[in-house]
Amino acid sequence: MNVKDVIAIVNGKLLNPSADLDREIKGGCGADLMSDVLASIQPEAVLLTGLANPQVVRTAQMADVAAIVLVRGKQPPQETRLLAEEEGIPLITSPYGMFELCGRLFQAGLKSLESPVNE
Amino acid sequence: MDQEPSRFKGKIITDQMAEDITRVEELAYDLRISEVMTRDVATLSPDQPMRDVLEVFRTVRISGAPVTRGNELVGIVSIEDLIQCLSKADLDAPVKNYMTTQMITIRDTDTVVEALKIFVNLRFGRLPVMDENGQLVGILTKGDVTRGILKALQKDYQEEEVRRYRARHLFEDIESDRTSLILRYNIRHLDFTHGGAASSQIKRALIRLGASPKVARRVGIAVYEAEMNLIIHTNHGGIIRVEIEPHQISIDAYDDGPGIKDIELAMKPGYSTATEAIRELGFGAGMGLVNIARCMDFMKLESSEETGTHLKMKVFLKEEDKVGEGYAATKEAAA
Repeated sequence: MNVKDVIAIVNGKLLNPSADLDREIKGGCGADLMSDVLASIQPEAVLLTGLANPQVVRTAQMADVAAIVLVRGKQPPQETRLLAEEEGIPLITSPYGMFELCGRLFQAGLKSLESPVNE
Repeated sequence: MDQEPSRFKGKIITDQMAEDITRVEELAYDLRISEVMTRDVATLSPDQPMRDVLEVFRTVRISGAPVTRGNELVGIVSIEDLIQCLSKADLDAPVKNYMTTQMITIRDTDTVVEALKIFVNLRFGRLPVMDENGQLVGILTKGDVTRGILKALQKDYQEEEVRRYRARHLFEDIESDRTSLILRYNIRHLDFTHGGAASSQIKRALIRLGASPKVARRVGIAVYEAEMNLIIHTNHGGIIRVEIEPHQISIDAYDDGPGIKDIELAMKPGYSTATEAIRELGFGAGMGLVNIARCMDFMKLESSEETGTHLKMKVFLKEEDKVGEGYAATKEAAA
């Protein structure tokens, strides 16, 4: 699955048009707390989140995230867009909520790239 | 003489436009005609028969040539003119009967973009290039422009390769008992706009130095958590210091307060003192220090309410992960 496929599945809109749409997406991760993302995500995942500030892009960059999907049609501030553009990370907004999006992508064959918590 | 740099002369460039300018467009404004034109020009005389034009075009494999009398440019003859002539079986006629005298010339010091404008707006396939004394010094075709830009792009690419190569081998040529590279970053309290900028630069530097993506990611995540801690939990921000050595990366994050009361409690997963406002920004999950401990090979947290907090972190690099000594490069070459 690549970024283009993800955009189609989530009925999304790409916010930084220069991003590479052929980049491969190996799995998914959904979280609103950035430390949770950093703690659990494995490389090359699509990150589903309700957070739209520039820290989302920074987190994505640190964690080698392949694309970001903002849930519930969120429109990020300009700084977020610019940073995504600069770092070349596709930033997508989707009208659906987190549960719906996880379900759609999972059903389309995308596996989870969240490592479970080991006690 | 006009001293204004010709790049974007007389144009107001908005931020949006500046963002959209590609390297190729930049080169079109940077490169001079003299850098891309063909210098050894086959010229013809106006009194030569058209038969000679056919011969020159065929042997030199060109489709147009300037026509000169002495040193003066008097016209240009192209393959279209030759076709006209051939259709009339008029090869003995002089060049002056078929040449085009309405010409547009271009200066050798003009930028390539000036030529591109002419090529786009008019139907000319080639432009005679003149120097400041009005002497013909070359000829320019679209092919020359394409070749010139491709050559410049290749040079760009090679320079970037050399930079990367040099960074990867940074420590090899420097002899000392212990060589290291130190990066320092000042982090401001509550500066969420630049939050993560230092981590981003550190991660990029490590990749340039030839660190494996895995090591760069581990360091990136740990430094990012430390950077956000300085932004959120300090009185005045703090400093991040990264020391890179071939065998290890040491990271220190300092601040001058307020200090952590109970370090053991702070290290507990899920424990956080972050306010509701910070949580709304996506932080304060109480996982920061836990994440750092997970990513690093060594971590030590010292804190007092008098002197502030000092977080020490280290990653030990295995032979294949070493930075600045070209291991990544040799590994790639072997693969």
